[in-house]
Amino acid sequence: MNAPTLPTPGTPLPETLFSVPGMRCAGCIAKLESGLAAVPGVAAARVNFTAKRVTVTHAALSDAALAGAFAGLGFEAVPLADVMAADDGSESRELLRAVAVAGFAAMNVMLLSVSVWAGAAGPTRDMFHWLSAMIALPAIAYAGRPFFRSAWRAVRAGRTNMDVPITIGVGLATALSLYETITGGAHAYFDSAVMLLFFLLTGRWLDAVMRDRARDGVTALLRHTAPGALVRQGDGGTAWVKAADLRVGMVMIVAAGERLAADGEVIAGRSHCDQSLLTGESLPVQVLPGDRALAGSINIDAPLTVRITAAGAATGIADIARLMESAGQSRSRYVRIADRAARLYAPAVHGLALMSLIGWLAAGAGWHQSLLIAAAVLIITCPCALGLAVPAAQIVAAGALMRGGVLVKDGSALERLAEADAVVFDKTGTLTLGRPQPLDLAALAMADKSLALALAEHSRHPLSMALRRALTAEAVVPAPVSDVAEVAGMGVSGVWQGQKVALARPAADAADGLACVLTVGDAPPRLLRFADPLRPDAAATVARLSAMGLPASILSGDRAAAVVPVADVLGLPARAGLSPQDKLAAIGEMTMAGARVLMVGDGLNDGPALAAGHVAMAPATASDASQNAADAVFLGDSLAPVAIAVGVARATARIVRQNFAAAIAYNVVAVPLAIAGQVTPLVAAVAMSGSSILVVANALRLRSAAR
Amino acid sequence: MNGLMILIPVALALGLAGLAVFFWTLRHGQYDDLDGAAVRILIDDDTPLGGDDAG
Repeated sequence: MNAPTLPTPGTPLPETLFSVPGMRCAGCIAKLESGLAAVPGVAAARVNFTAKRVTVTHAALSDAALAGAFAGLGFEAVPLADVMAADDGSESRELLRAVAVAGFAAMNVMLLSVSVWAGAAGPTRDMFHWLSAMIALPAIAYAGRPFFRSAWRAVRAGRTNMDVPITIGVGLATALSLYETITGGAHAYFDSAVMLLFFLLTGRWLDAVMRDRARDGVTALLRHTAPGALVRQGDGGTAWVKAADLRVGMVMIVAAGERLAADGEVIAGRSHCDQSLLTGESLPVQVLPGDRALAGSINIDAPLTVRITAAGAATGIADIARLMESAGQSRSRYVRIADRAARLYAPAVHGLALMSLIGWLAAGAGWHQSLLIAAAVLIITCPCALGLAVPAAQIVAAGALMRGGVLVKDGSALERLAEADAVVFDKTGTLTLGRPQPLDLAALAMADKSLALALAEHSRHPLSMALRRALTAEAVVPAPVSDVAEVAGMGVSGVWQGQKVALARPAADAADGLACVLTVGDAPPRLLRFADPLRPDAAATVARLSAMGLPASILSGDRAAAVVPVADVLGLPARAGLSPQDKLAAIGEMTMAGARVLMVGDGLNDGPALAAGHVAMAPATASDASQNAADAVFLGDSLAPVAIAVGVARATARIVRQNFAAAIAYNVVAVPLAIAGQVTPLVAAVAMSGSSILVVANALRLRSAAR
Repeated sequence: MNGLMILIPVALALGLAGLAVFFWTLRHGQYDDLDGAAVRILIDDDTPLGGDDAG
């Protein structure tokens, strides 16, 4: 189809990113890298195992051809939008640099401090303090920036957050230590200040990595929506036009298997369009000249010529996107646990420090000692353990879920998932696999099977592809069929041992659901029926969720006839034939009634509902917009990850609560000591690291939570 | 005391060198695929030197 064209020398080869969730081991890496490099037109392939991505450098091969190469190696690959690669994890990198600097400074200052605590006195102690200052000051200036910036922003906006006490504590400790050093005093707090930054930055970094990873995972699964279309030019030729440059009135030629880039009216060609992503309708819809064809749907059978009636922001897809955006705004107002804690914590800490300052001044302790004690209070209460409590637990949980096949977008997703108390499923592609599978294969003779395979191999119709998948899995060998021809929208025919054989559309296809007919010579035609099977574990998952206190229901855009059997099998209440607006309204009603809805869906038509739910999950086969709207994406055919994710989210919430309890218990013990003026730098250092390590160790218990 | 005059700068210099190396590795993306690095060691890569056929 797309022959590799050699680019002019000197221009960089195009790179395409693929998400390959199926890679599991070193063997897969070797197989992918060497196997892809051997494909003609591919210059190199590099696997990123952590993100489960492959970067392919190639000579302008089409995505479909590359995905075919992956399939040839036995991997399912999804091409992903190339927008994301650029700003990969810049925030987490900056934080990691700050962690490294703070860690370096903490280690070296601690070496010097230990010598001081061990009894270095006089000029040696002063020299060590000076050295500590020389190391700590630039390190604090560099590593503290994330906190200083955020604290400054908060103060300027008249608010306070967790970063304000951190900034004041670090600043006060540094200033006092500098004063002590200059005047040759006995105690300097440089080590505490630097270590504080180190632990807090570690927490921040974990949080950022978690978000990056999830973003990697989710964007990694983004599908290319139609990037553009072939447009007929005035001179009769055709040119490739990017989706953004398509205009009303242009005439585009849509090949079979291609996704439409704009809404339009068919002016030539007969075909079927798969609109399941847009409407939830699982049967392909027939389109004839004069019919409307929608952007985002896939043209299945035959080439279509379409005059564009709406492009870009005017398409039906864009309407859904806008609906989704406004529905998602309520969720962005969700306040994360850590922020809620900070709201209470910061004023309390400031108050305590101020009170100890005033108290000691009133008791006649003098400015220097009072300030020293206030700084000790700020340092010891600084939310080291608190800063680690949430991100440490969440990143361990997210890692466990990732190994279990669930990609979580951010920490608040886990928090909201733990709060969910009702679940709503879409049908096509969510409860069911969204890809037809043949039902009558067992009744078919071996010769018929090999004929069917031989014919199916020549078509890209979804039913043909389903037939091919099923028959190849049974190791059927295709029969030698000659003169194979595909008639658009009708089927494939050929000649085998002098007889005419055909795989065709049955006479009345809409009534029978998904089916095709195999005819061999004059023998009576055999009807092959197809069904969209339930995901494995669907019933078990629904039962498990309801045992966890999440009653389920179905909201589907498909016809009632297709929804009722599924609802009956699973024993769930269902509503069928809903538009995206209807689904949005249904979720809104449940939310008004006080439910916190976990929405699970895959279609573009589920997008607004996904965005409106308290929390949302989508399968990896979902449309890109749905994956964007979802908080978590699950891989594989099984529905079980939904229940597992809820379980892990709840376990995480439990661990976070324990961590908060530990951090508070630590403060209850440490703060009175600090207020009483009993906290030396040694005590502060030990207490701080001890509580942080305890919190991280507790979070590590979530490692196997997804099993 | 004299020992310290040498050893402390040496210790700091070593630490700074480590930090510099860390920054260098970070900038060159050596932490982008930690899981992959852990399993890549298991790949048999026994193509003869100079051979350009990896498949």
